[in-house]
Amino acid sequence: MTTLRQSGRLTSGSRSRWLNADRLFRGGSGAFAFGIIVLLAGIGTLLFISSIPTWRTFGLAFITGTVWNPVTSVYGALPFIIGTLETSLIALVLAAPIGLLTAIFLAELAPRRVAVPVSFLIELLAAIPSVVIGLWGVFVLSPFLRGTVEAWISSTIGRYVGFLAGPSFGVGIFAAGVILAIMILPTIVSISREVITAVPNNQREAMLALGATRWETVRKAVIPFARSGIIGAIILGLGRALGETMAVTMVIGNNTRVPTRLFDQGQTISSQIATTFNEAGVGLQTSALITLGFILLIMTISLNIVARLLVRRVAGDGVGQATGG
Amino acid sequence: MKEIPEMAIESLDRAGETAAVASPNGQSPSDQQSVARYAGAPGSPLATAPTSVATGAMEVQALNVYYSAFRAVRDVSLPITPQSVTALIGPSGCGKSTFLRTLNRMHEVIPGARVEGTVTLDGVDVYDPRIDPVQLRRVIGMVFQRPNPFPTMSIYDNVVAGLRLTGRHSKASLDGVVERSLQRAALWNEVKDKLRQSGVSLSGGQQQRLCIARALAVDPEVILMDEPCSALDPVATLKIEELISDLRDRYTIVIVTHNMQQASRVSDQTAFFTMGDDRAGYLVEMGPTKEMFTSPKDQLTEDYVSGRFG
Repeated sequence: MTTLRQSGRLTSGSRSRWLNADRLFRGGSGAFAFGIIVLLAGIGTLLFISSIPTWRTFGLAFITGTVWNPVTSVYGALPFIIGTLETSLIALVLAAPIGLLTAIFLAELAPRRVAVPVSFLIELLAAIPSVVIGLWGVFVLSPFLRGTVEAWISSTIGRYVGFLAGPSFGVGIFAAGVILAIMILPTIVSISREVITAVPNNQREAMLALGATRWETVRKAVIPFARSGIIGAIILGLGRALGETMAVTMVIGNNTRVPTRLFDQGQTISSQIATTFNEAGVGLQTSALITLGFILLIMTISLNIVARLLVRRVAGDGVGQATGG
Repeated sequence: MKEIPEMAIESLDRAGETAAVASPNGQSPSDQQSVARYAGAPGSPLATAPTSVATGAMEVQALNVYYSAFRAVRDVSLPITPQSVTALIGPSGCGKSTFLRTLNRMHEVIPGARVEGTVTLDGVDVYDPRIDPVQLRRVIGMVFQRPNPFPTMSIYDNVVAGLRLTGRHSKASLDGVVERSLQRAALWNEVKDKLRQSGVSLSGGQQQRLCIARALAVDPEVILMDEPCSALDPVATLKIEELISDLRDRYTIVIVTHNMQQASRVSDQTAFFTMGDDRAGYLVEMGPTKEMFTSPKDQLTEDYVSGRFG
């Protein structure tokens, strides 16, 4: 009778200890993960190096400069920073409430046979190529906005508030904001719907059992529980709005002056890069465009950091522990 | 419904005396009020309907519960004695939790769930189309299997969450309700110095007592408890059981439990449910708890309480 030691059942036998699958697996996957970090750092570094000539020429005044003139070689980023922030803000103001209410409807109120196909269709909206949405924006949305919303606002409130005055062209900051709202809606709806669906049922029951209506249950139990996820959904949408290029380029009017009114034509950082990099010669103009890209990268990274801090702070009051026994 | 907070406080104060003087046929002064409370608008015909004693007596007649085509509970009739503890026991899946939820119409949240038969509270049919289930649940409160305080609210806000559904209240009246409800739930001494902390910072047993305080704050007549101790350790369980004994003077309590020792310790009446061949739950027998555990009439009950199945 052989002992356990003699039988060799506890040693790895023919399999080499130094080349086993676990090591290979860990090494390989680790290398790829590390590679992504290197890639990100590389992009950032490259953008920064190429932007050095711009910083040398204009200093920080590049950020506050209001003129972009390749003929005189004067470059300033302010019109595009304002255009980016303004269009994204419009998108957020329109898409956040609509998206949240849609998500509440799909997650809490609609029967399954309605919720499933409608959710699918909303997610399909995200699958429409940006350039196709842009085409629709140019030929359908812009003329529509010019004839209805913009005409109405500029002839009523616009008489008293300069920011909302005409003339309206259809294409411009406002139209770009509306297009962005449509494009970020699927993100906000689908993520909010998921976090609302994930709220444990015992939270709804607790509120209902106190004599709450369906609406009160959603407002006082479900939304507070899901709020960090909902904020995350909105910020993800905002991130997409900041960087979206093609559709915005097609409807924003491509004007490099600082927009002073809502219906002005303008340019975002990404649309400015997209429309001018082709004819930019090697030299200061290219460097200025790359610097714009660098500023956009900084904006989106800071947005992500702020979002993470916000979500952590909101979630910090113990959400998620409630379901523990 | 501005009156509710005042009423709530008043009757929290008064409940002791009322319970002490209430005889089976005595008219309690809050009679008309309490019927009006779950009958919806003050002008509703039910608000003025003649009623029996408004003490939280319930009566279930020939109740069947269905989930779509599936019958989950078959033909249950039983009385629920006011100001006492009624325990519902039986093996898993025998429909006792489902039955409990039909008492305050919580089952209606599940699509496809419906009932046949009648359930009355103080003589009023709770399934009458004029009854608003939202109001009904303020009179028949509920405590769940797992403690479910609202994690984004403080202890204080958890207790008054139900009151805040009914409009504005002065800070003083809310403070009063918080203290009384927490005292009644035997939690006041442990949390009085940290009312602003999150409700989920408490231990599991404290959370469950917080949930009981939250149910008491809207001044119910009946409290339904769906296995309130199944997620708690033995020490916390004992505290909840002591609390249930204290509460029975003032409230009608119906408790579903898996734990037969618990049923024998806390309840005055016990109803034994089991599952038929069609998987529908039905009532085998009901009686005073002592008799149910010592000399049950039905062989099934005998087998269950002596641990032979379930």
